[in-house]
Amino acid sequence: MCGIVGLFLKDESLAPQLGEMLTDMLVTMTDRGPDSAGIAIYGDETPGMAKLTVQSPDPARDFAGLDTDLGAAIGAEVTMSVRDTHAVLTLPAPLLDEARSTLRSLRPDLRSMSRGSRIEIYKEVGLPRDVAARFDLRSMGGSHGIGHTRMATESAVTTMGAHPFNTGMDQCLVHNGSLSNHNALRRKLRRLGVEIETENDTEVGAAYLTWRMQQGASLGEALESALADLDGFYTFVVGTEDGFGVLRDPIACKPAVMAETDQYVAFGSEYRALVNLPGLDNARIWEPEPATVYFWTRNGMRTREAA
Amino acid sequence: MQTIDLEADGLRHLNATLQSQVAETNQTAWEILNPRGAHAIAVGLDAPIEVTVKGSTGYYCGGMNSQATVHVEGSVGPGVAENMMSGTVIIDGDASQYAGATGHGGTLVIKGNASSRCGISMKGIDIIVHGNVGHMSAFMAQSGNLVVCGDAGEALGDSIYEARLFVRGSVKSLGADCIEKEMRPEHLTLLAELLERGGCDAKPEEFRRYGSARQLYHFNIDNAY
Repeated sequence: MCGIVGLFLKDESLAPQLGEMLTDMLVTMTDRGPDSAGIAIYGDETPGMAKLTVQSPDPARDFAGLDTDLGAAIGAEVTMSVRDTHAVLTLPAPLLDEARSTLRSLRPDLRSMSRGSRIEIYKEVGLPRDVAARFDLRSMGGSHGIGHTRMATESAVTTMGAHPFNTGMDQCLVHNGSLSNHNALRRKLRRLGVEIETENDTEVGAAYLTWRMQQGASLGEALESALADLDGFYTFVVGTEDGFGVLRDPIACKPAVMAETDQYVAFGSEYRALVNLPGLDNARIWEPEPATVYFWTRNGMRTREAA
Repeated sequence: MQTIDLEADGLRHLNATLQSQVAETNQTAWEILNPRGAHAIAVGLDAPIEVTVKGSTGYYCGGMNSQATVHVEGSVGPGVAENMMSGTVIIDGDASQYAGATGHGGTLVIKGNASSRCGISMKGIDIIVHGNVGHMSAFMAQSGNLVVCGDAGEALGDSIYEARLFVRGSVKSLGADCIEKEMRPEHLTLLAELLERGGCDAKPEEFRRYGSARQLYHFNIDNAY
């Protein structure tokens, strides 16, 4: 089944509570997906700096001295913040690509979760409640975030098979459904030089969007073309540096409920994921139409001062 | 009035209590508090009781209903009143996918909009929707009536057998073997009764009727065994 949640704040005063609200939504969706859970959260930005979130199967070994070692290798100051198996490395944005390739030799077992100016992705196998506790997701603030509880269908239950998938700088995607043409599409994208690490169908969907955007499409255009090129069932929720979007396939078998108030836009696979949100009783609540891209951006609101 | 707080008492208690009511019960009015989008609320009822759900529900509310009247003061998730046999289910808000699916009888009233596949494979149920219905509504419908006071989405009545579909607004497209049909006096009479039962103030003359062209495989005598 899989469960998806998303929360995009319009009211900045809620920013410190983003992690708490999103975690409640995520844990409510446990029985849609008890295999793994993940969250992408858009928090603070330091001008000129980039964030690289990495995961290690052996954090004690890999994270020891990592900031110093990476800093020495790329000739810049690197700061590190560790949460359980994940670490967020903050470094000068122009050195991001160099840092990523350096890490491959410096700490070969590290896996990249996300990169961007504001995004951090945390995901692991296990019950959503336990995953949320390991990363202390409740303590996190930010402007928006998306989360996923996974019931594995198309690939193994692994950290890398968990959602969200990072699809480019500050971009990520979660998926409920299953793609039926992912093997053919994976072969095609790999031939075109797109990096795809797992046998997971969603990663193919994510990689497809990245590829389209590398060709010059906007996220909206990439999502539009996904309607033609992705076969199967999907409800996608996507995050960008300053935006939040939803797309359902034309058949729209996979459930989706949205709620909007003056304070936020929220997405849930089911209504009950939304019930604890403030002012839900007065929210506009609706089911997104099939084959229709929905997208919200900060629209001139101050986005970079989130807690 | 009997009250059950779903949060305090749990779903199993709620359904066991409602399902154990016999036809002669004196406890005819029930109120369910704190539904909070929970699934399978008030399913499998088989007594002439009235159940009011104070809020929105998740999947399969009022499923398999016989005799009872279930009134949801909110919206409902997928599969409301699925496989209903008799009785009435009334939704004040919107309904998600496949509302009234495979229903054999009874009345389902949706005062808001219904989503895709409303009345899929309906087998005798009457569904009255005050708002719109989504794509593939009444797909493979076999018997009963679907009344839509608003608009219908794509592929209305795809592969329909014998159900009657009445739509007041626009129809985005008709599905395979579904055609517009003449509105005869008996249909106007039937529709007037359905609209009254559904609490709609629309006029029967404003509606168009759709149904089966009877051209698909099973209607062709050459395909009989």
